[in-house]
Amino acid sequence: MASGKSHLCTRDGFIVGGFRFGAHKKAIGELVFTTSMTGYPESLTDPSYKGQILVFTHPLVGNYGVPRKKLISGTNLPSNFESEHIQAEGVIVSEYTSGTKWDSESTFDSWLKRESIPGIYGIDTRALTIRLRDNGTSIGVISDNSKDAKDLDTYDYESINFVKMVSPKKPVYCKVSGRKQKGTIVVMDFGAKNGFINDLLSLGYDIIRAPWDSPAQEILDFGPSGIVYGNGPGNPNLLGEAISNIRELLDTGIPSMGICLGHQLAAIALGGKIKKMKFGHRAVNKGIVNRMDNKAYITTHNHGYALSKRNIPASAKVLFESIDDNVVEGLADRKHNLITTQFHPEARPGAWDTRFIFNMFYRMMQNGKRKA
Amino acid sequence: MARERLDLWKGSKVLLIGSGPIKIGEAAEFDYSGSQALKALREEGIETVIVNSNVATVQTSYISAEHVYLLPVKRRFIEKVIEKEKPKGIMIGFGGQSALNAGIDLNDAGVLGKHGVKVLGTKLGGIRAALGRSDFKKLMESKSIRTAPSRAAKTEKDTLAAARELGYPVMLRVSFNLAGRGSFIAKSEAALKKGIKRSFAQSRTSEVLIEKYLGGWKEIEYEVVRDMYGNAAVVACIENLDPMGVHTGESTVVTPAQTLDNEDYNAMRAISIKVAEAIGLVGECNVQFALNPKSREFYVIETNPRMSRSSALASKATGYPLAYVSAKLSLGYKLYDIRNEVSKVTSAFFEPSLDYITIKIPRWDLTKFESASSSLGTEMKSIGEVMAIGRSFEEAMQKAVRMLDIGEPGLVGGRIYNSGLSRTEIESILRSRKPYWFLYAAKAFALGIKPEEVHRLTGVDLFFLNKINNLVTIYEKAKNLKGSANPKKGTEEEEQLNRMGFCGQQIGSHQDIFVKSIDTLAGECPARVNYLYTTRAASEDDISFKEKPKNGKALVLGAGVFRIGVSVEFDWSAVSFARALKKSFSEVSILNCNPETVSTDWDTADKLYFDEISAETIKSIDRKEHFDGVAVFTGGQIGNNIAEKLSGYGMKFIGTGSSSIGRSEDRNKFSSIVEKLNLAQPEWRAATGKHAIERFIDEVGFPILVRPSYILSGSSFKLLYSQADLQRYMATIGKQVHRSPLVLTKFYSDSIEAEMDCVTDSKSVLGISMQHIEEAGVHSGDATIAAPFSNSNSAYEEMKRMALLFSSELEMKGPFNIQFLINRGKVYIIELNSRASRSMPFSSKSVGINLMDYAHKAIFEGLGMDGEFHEPKHKSCIVKSPQFSWLQLKDSYPVLGPEMRSTGEAAAFGKTMDEALLTSWLGVNPNHIPGGSAIIYGKSGTQHLGKAAAVLKGLIDVFTVEDYPIANAQPISSADALNMIEKGKVGIVMTDNDLKKKDFGIRRQAVDFNIPLVLNGRLASQLSDAFVKSTDFNDVKEMKEYY
Repeated sequence: MASGKSHLCTRDGFIVGGFRFGAHKKAIGELVFTTSMTGYPESLTDPSYKGQILVFTHPLVGNYGVPRKKLISGTNLPSNFESEHIQAEGVIVSEYTSGTKWDSESTFDSWLKRESIPGIYGIDTRALTIRLRDNGTSIGVISDNSKDAKDLDTYDYESINFVKMVSPKKPVYCKVSGRKQKGTIVVMDFGAKNGFINDLLSLGYDIIRAPWDSPAQEILDFGPSGIVYGNGPGNPNLLGEAISNIRELLDTGIPSMGICLGHQLAAIALGGKIKKMKFGHRAVNKGIVNRMDNKAYITTHNHGYALSKRNIPASAKVLFESIDDNVVEGLADRKHNLITTQFHPEARPGAWDTRFIFNMFYRMMQNGKRKA
Repeated sequence: MARERLDLWKGSKVLLIGSGPIKIGEAAEFDYSGSQALKALREEGIETVIVNSNVATVQTSYISAEHVYLLPVKRRFIEKVIEKEKPKGIMIGFGGQSALNAGIDLNDAGVLGKHGVKVLGTKLGGIRAALGRSDFKKLMESKSIRTAPSRAAKTEKDTLAAARELGYPVMLRVSFNLAGRGSFIAKSEAALKKGIKRSFAQSRTSEVLIEKYLGGWKEIEYEVVRDMYGNAAVVACIENLDPMGVHTGESTVVTPAQTLDNEDYNAMRAISIKVAEAIGLVGECNVQFALNPKSREFYVIETNPRMSRSSALASKATGYPLAYVSAKLSLGYKLYDIRNEVSKVTSAFFEPSLDYITIKIPRWDLTKFESASSSLGTEMKSIGEVMAIGRSFEEAMQKAVRMLDIGEPGLVGGRIYNSGLSRTEIESILRSRKPYWFLYAAKAFALGIKPEEVHRLTGVDLFFLNKINNLVTIYEKAKNLKGSANPKKGTEEEEQLNRMGFCGQQIGSHQDIFVKSIDTLAGECPARVNYLYTTRAASEDDISFKEKPKNGKALVLGAGVFRIGVSVEFDWSAVSFARALKKSFSEVSILNCNPETVSTDWDTADKLYFDEISAETIKSIDRKEHFDGVAVFTGGQIGNNIAEKLSGYGMKFIGTGSSSIGRSEDRNKFSSIVEKLNLAQPEWRAATGKHAIERFIDEVGFPILVRPSYILSGSSFKLLYSQADLQRYMATIGKQVHRSPLVLTKFYSDSIEAEMDCVTDSKSVLGISMQHIEEAGVHSGDATIAAPFSNSNSAYEEMKRMALLFSSELEMKGPFNIQFLINRGKVYIIELNSRASRSMPFSSKSVGINLMDYAHKAIFEGLGMDGEFHEPKHKSCIVKSPQFSWLQLKDSYPVLGPEMRSTGEAAAFGKTMDEALLTSWLGVNPNHIPGGSAIIYGKSGTQHLGKAAAVLKGLIDVFTVEDYPIANAQPISSADALNMIEKGKVGIVMTDNDLKKKDFGIRRQAVDFNIPLVLNGRLASQLSDAFVKSTDFNDVKEMKEYY
């Protein structure tokens, strides 16, 4: 299994040696860590990780291999991956393993090779994580050559529009299978995860995934029963065009839902402010409280930007709150017929506690459009 | 609303029920959970009362509770405590199945209702639904939760019908039981018929469940916390390496789960919360699943709505204090209003993320039990466990193997790995699921057996087997390099080697270690407590060692794995001494690796190193910490065993120095000290070869106590009474007799055994005397012991003199235990242990002091006495009784002898010896005051049994057995005796000696049908007196009231 030496270098001058696995190539990106202990196929194919190198805090990754692709019935969408490909730029682990299970197609290593994604192992990922926690997120490069650290100087994660890279170029249609459809949901696709597309399909609606910069009128022309602003990578403040489209759409009072980046964009559209976090939340173990009934749920998070309580838009109320910090985890805006979640109700990876939010959205759609 | 509920309890009184003596299936984990719960209650200003007969625990030490009742965990005693203390609430979820069952009894008898005592936590209705096999199944069905195909049955006929319907093999389970008691797998109707009676006898509700046998499926366990408002989280998921069919207490388990993908994990997680909801859980429960290894199919197997062995493990594995949180929840807290005490800034409503692997391995001591079945199955047989933490599977696994203290240096390179076992032998061992299968798996791989084959034989997931196989390959490569040619720094080979968790003994080199902390959040939030472990698969320490605290640093060693002879009492000493040490050091660290303990709570000391108690590990940690002192005596023998090495590394000892320890431990050196001091000891010799042995016996005559200096299967200690015994013994050891010495000691029949637990400053001795009720020849750990010694004044004076002489001769500082044999008025020294002893919590509590506090005083200030012996005044009688676990050890022969076999102990005070003895004996399972008839039999001439029969006759019918009849009783055949026991007509069986050839059946029958069994004549006689004088136990007193 000898593979050769590799390095991880960060912008703040930290260099650590490890060993190559996956594809033999260089990778650059924002260095972030996830504390999720399982679900690496889901995590790595989540388009929100575009532009990022993912550190797994759990020391063993790859134990059950990588599954054969399974399709959501009636669609071309894999149900066990969040998108067609690995989206993260690189992978950092303490140890990669070569396990497989009954539904595996390949090992973790060969998947990374096939997807042309480099990995580095033999890293003290705990020490690295603590570094990122204490010093904040950094830009990192995985390379054979530690001199490649100079590439870091020119890389500016926050100014890159990653959404453009992961959003479809033209509308994608997903038909609900079997039953008669109840209507159409348009998803503004900033790099949407298959997970929530699947959950929306199971509500009985056809889904249209619209390019991230679709003009509002184009979206309205689909005659949507509901509009979803989905998740995606990068800095929301770069997406001015999308934000003004969202503002227009919100004013129609068509039931809408924002997830993760979609939540942030909707908040900005309504006058809120989104700021970069020190090292973000990437985990499947976080508690939130529903302020309607004070019930708490375990949720999945993947974000580096957040809305804090003092920056919420005037028309919105806090629906979900983080238990551990002041991050707003979700908004309800009656006037605009909108609910949002900073966390991922579809989870994947993660707990199923908040799937009821799709039912909330379903009821909103059943009640129909509200005059804004 | 939460606030109001909480206010209800402020300033009130709450009673917590403990789990009683330690038995297989209920061990020290309940000391941990009860102690944490008591702490949580006291923080709320609640006055706490505890009932627990287990004298060796921390929770019965006035550390955590305000009122301690050393009484049996039984309805009649708890009822009296309720009448006296008038608690507002009762907690029954922190003392295992024993406490839960006692709580249900109290409720059903109307005691709780009558006194208006509220059950805190999960309501009884929910507990019943969880524990009754058929109720649980019905409840699950009503919530559309799938359970394994099964049927409940209340009669033998129903059972057989159900099995026919489900098809063989079937698994039989018993309601309301712990440790899989009474459960078994039946492959045929004949097998089912054979085992069914025993199962029904083990069922308090006469209900069993016949279940489709899911052999080979994965067994997965979730630990759920839930508040009374419905907020729930899963704190840990535990994956068993052993598949279904092996009791989870017998399984090697890993946390977090390693082979579950996101879908598997969350599908079962969601159901585990649904199960908790269904039973109305308030607090903590575990939910067990069987998962088909080849699909997404799974079933709920069972739930335990209380703190359990696995919740203790989950707490230690994650750092999440489950018992503490659970206790707060039962008072009405919202889960998210409780703080995460590790980070101090986040909430307890979250699911811990682990950036390390933990592995638990059980420890078995089956070789001490002749004829006991040694295959792992559905009933628990292990008596202890270790947990290892590492940054890789291999590291955690190898550390865990070392922690077991079975002489194996890891998975490879030890006795089994280097043995000459053949492929066939290995395959047979693996197939029959012998303990420590992983050592045989490693051997199998070394012999070229493929992982697939081992998987076929054991059902262990290939992921784990491949890892072990890989480790074998790496070891074989490294072995050839040994020492000199270690891989170069920074190479992949070196990285790999580091990750494998080898120790010096395996690869001949010492590698750097790093100290990491457990923070519950995988590094996302800093830990405010020092819960630490070491790893080689790292490049940085988590914490800094630069600062030198003003009053220095001390290290206290825990006891490590519990086994026969080492149990919760040594945790008591480690915890007590660590607390005392705070007076002298700024920073006290504890090192231990046993998840079932209070000492491994991260708030017991300033730092907790959850790691191996080995010289190598301690040296590595000391290189970073530079401890100013180490206390080796606290954890019992394990510390003494490595004392010399630690001293060699230059570590300073707190207490007796290593050379003194060495002089007291080395049989020859100690013997010459005894001679030098002109004291009496039984003649002994280490003899090799037949002639030498015979020569010694010629000199001193029978009986002889013999002990080989190597391990035999079956018990190693034996008493030989005759030439015939000797011949038989020689036959069992075969040619070994010429190779290694046997230690032979003259044995004095009809002697009294006495002990003293002492602390000394090398000049004076503070000691507490005790005497055994059984005559000498019964291991002190298995004896019924009373304090103080009251047999003879002159003997007492001689014992005191001896204690003083040894303390100055050996220059001991700190605790020691000394054992005596008294024969015809003459006092012989038989053993001295320069360390904390098994009986110290008992002796301490007998007079209301803590010997560990005095040990601290003796070491740092001196006892302040004038070279004298002082024994604190005993104001009442106290007795401790051994708890045996014969029931769990199927086919073992219940017998007393020089080899220790008990697993725990209960103690009680009394105004009289009779009262103390009886109460103490009643604290042990399954003892109760006999109704029905007694069966009493023994070798001719056992006058004590005759006396017992004569006394008992006034109370109940007494029968004897024809093979070994005694006077004063009606003889019956062995067959009749078996029959009577099976029919429930027998209330007690009393016998003596080892009569295995003829009475194996009767002793086993008594055990398997939960009949009290007394195995010693003297004890039988004294107990019979106590039965006759039996009081109504109306006057219960807490411990303090006896001082």
